Amino acid sequence: MARMNMIQAIRDALDIKLADDDNVVVFGEDVGYFGGVFRATQGLQEKYGKSRVFDAPISELGIIGAAVGMGAYGLRPVPEIQFADYILPAYDQIASEAARLRYRSSGEFSAPITVRAPCGGGIYGGQTHSQSPEALFTHVAGLKTVIPSNPYDAKGLLIASIEDDDPVIFLEPKRLYNGPFDGRHDGPATPWSEQDSGEVPDGHYTVPLGKAAITRAGEAVTVLTYGTMVHVVAAAVQETGIDAEIIDLRTLVPLDEEAIEASVKKTGRCVIVHEATKTSGFGGELIAVVQELCFHYLEAPIERIAGWDTPYPHAQEWDYFPDPGRVTKALEKVMLP
Amino acid sequence: MTETKPLSLQVPEPSSRPGDKPDFSYIDLSAAGTTRRPEIDCAANSMRDLAFELVKVLDKNNDAVGPWAMDLDDALLLKGLRAMEKTRAFDERMQMAQRQGKTSIYVQCRGEEAIACGQRLALKKGDMCFPTYRQQGLLIAQDFPIVDMICQIYSNAKDKLGGRSLPFFYSEREHGFFSISGNLGTQFMQAVGWAMASAIKGDTRIASGWIGDGASAEGDFHAALVFASVYKPPVVLNVVNNQWAISSFQGIAGGQAANFACRGHGFNIPSLRVDGNDFMAVYAASNWAIERARSNLGPTLIEWVTYRAAAHSTSDDPTKYRPKDELEAWPMGDPIERLKNHMIRKGIWDEERHTALKQELKDEVRAAAKDAESYGTLGKGPVPGIGEMFEHVYKEMPAHLLKQRKQAGV
Repeated sequence: MARMNMIQAIRDALDIKLADDDNVVVFGEDVGYFGGVFRATQGLQEKYGKSRVFDAPISELGIIGAAVGMGAYGLRPVPEIQFADYILPAYDQIASEAARLRYRSSGEFSAPITVRAPCGGGIYGGQTHSQSPEALFTHVAGLKTVIPSNPYDAKGLLIASIEDDDPVIFLEPKRLYNGPFDGRHDGPATPWSEQDSGEVPDGHYTVPLGKAAITRAGEAVTVLTYGTMVHVVAAAVQETGIDAEIIDLRTLVPLDEEAIEASVKKTGRCVIVHEATKTSGFGGELIAVVQELCFHYLEAPIERIAGWDTPYPHAQEWDYFPDPGRVTKALEKVMLP
Repeated sequence: MTETKPLSLQVPEPSSRPGDKPDFSYIDLSAAGTTRRPEIDCAANSMRDLAFELVKVLDKNNDAVGPWAMDLDDALLLKGLRAMEKTRAFDERMQMAQRQGKTSIYVQCRGEEAIACGQRLALKKGDMCFPTYRQQGLLIAQDFPIVDMICQIYSNAKDKLGGRSLPFFYSEREHGFFSISGNLGTQFMQAVGWAMASAIKGDTRIASGWIGDGASAEGDFHAALVFASVYKPPVVLNVVNNQWAISSFQGIAGGQAANFACRGHGFNIPSLRVDGNDFMAVYAASNWAIERARSNLGPTLIEWVTYRAAAHSTSDDPTKYRPKDELEAWPMGDPIERLKNHMIRKGIWDEERHTALKQELKDEVRAAAKDAESYGTLGKGPVPGIGEMFEHVYKEMPAHLLKQRKQAGV
């Protein structure tokens, strides 16, 4: 057992899978000798050699296209896209190829690849280093989409993703990489080393895909969220004193509908929070799921907090980023009798 | 001060349109036997001339001449001839079947049979091809059961792809045939990835990627060349230049500005331009590239110069955009006729046996089609169940799909 930040936990997961499965290969822009711009693959090339961990040309479509071919061969590639914002050149290879290879070949070929990509804002990354493109992937049949919110989950979910036989989009909220983040950019923060979720067991373990986590149990209202927003919501809940149940979805597809249904039926109220833009964001899907499963239990309209429908701004980052203040307003509104 | 004139956009036009006299003078033809054959370990930058020449073995009299003429045994030639004729008979039957409503769409490879058939015969079992639309010869040249291909085309109860895929989008892993995608070009990059995997694992198998002149304009083509030049994996990169991408002539993909073979030069990948209608040249050039790949010497780019003799697909009418008699003017002949005449000249074949072969293959294809039809045709007779639609989306069916399958009445 060791205290780790999220980058260390991700590196540990890659290290474990490279060691226990010869078919795992790790590659992407700057991931080899240098160890990645966020250092997630630091030291792995030296340990496993250049044919297992290597630098790739700046061609996202090439990186994912190569991974699909390697997957068809029988490898388990773990390509890195340097920023989720850069994933769009690879979209065809992900959405039309990796996602459908099993379907169109009756399982003769598949693409058991895990695409790692840092997502989200909070580091002054501007329009092209801050986006949260999860809804572009949750809309595609055949893909799984995973977003961890802490070091423990990041390691367990990444190992589970690599071992999964279907393609997984593994989005890593970069604001949480080195932590700490307590939901307020201008407030004090507790380092990962002082948080329970920074406690990461040694060796192999998995956090199952498709299972949400209740990060705070409560009776008054259910908050559905994931990634960096888990911490923003926690801050808002603490400040308001509202007895909210916070559900960290962890996996968006497949979605843990059972956990959502049980919680909303219990509380009768629901707030949804994500960092991605609002229109056609995953929050819309969550609202649909909640009303399909729990309509007669709802005591108030569902509230949704999301990034504004603008490109991600630079100087106005913290006005764009949903903060505890906006979440608090939504919580208070949904709690009105 | 000089006056600045307004700019204008240049949009390439083919050499002839409907009503014009067909004109193939733009195609550089080397005489058979005149193009040199370098050693397989030759440095790419010392063989750049080969992208502008044409590897051609069969001369005007259909004799095999020059350094690329391999001493192929009679059985192999007959195998090639048979595979090409069978492919053509298969295409004719399936074209007709589409017109009869037994399937939704079909794509023939008429005129291009030598390329897939020839290369497949030069590959080994275990090698993996990443085909595009006109490589049915890769399966037929291995004596793959055509009844299975027809069941797939008919999307019937015996279609192993469960009706989920378009006709002719075969997937035959055991026969080295990667699942076809309709997003043309993607497979070219995947072939490079597969070959990288083979090299990573210390395997001895190689990959063969396929793309057309039209789809070579996709980013996948360029990414494939970058990755192939960087990692030098064991892959043969085939560009089939059949002059037409639906209605767009090869100049719209940039073929007028520079041919497709010479695109390899910017990546220092050895590149050949080959007569794709010459079975002997196809086999020899494929063999050269395959040997290079298998010897860990890396990728080879091959432009196969050929002509799409039929429509793009059953949904296309080429008389709307190219001269009706363009095929007759095509200067590189018909691949089947050329190999047949070579074999006759060699004294190992004659017209009588050829007529008998064609009849035998026609009967074989007809019988296979009849057999396949007993399992249904598109939407008629036994067809794949609705439940098939939900299979193979994921390895294990997740809860939301189980729910939807129930809603669909399964």
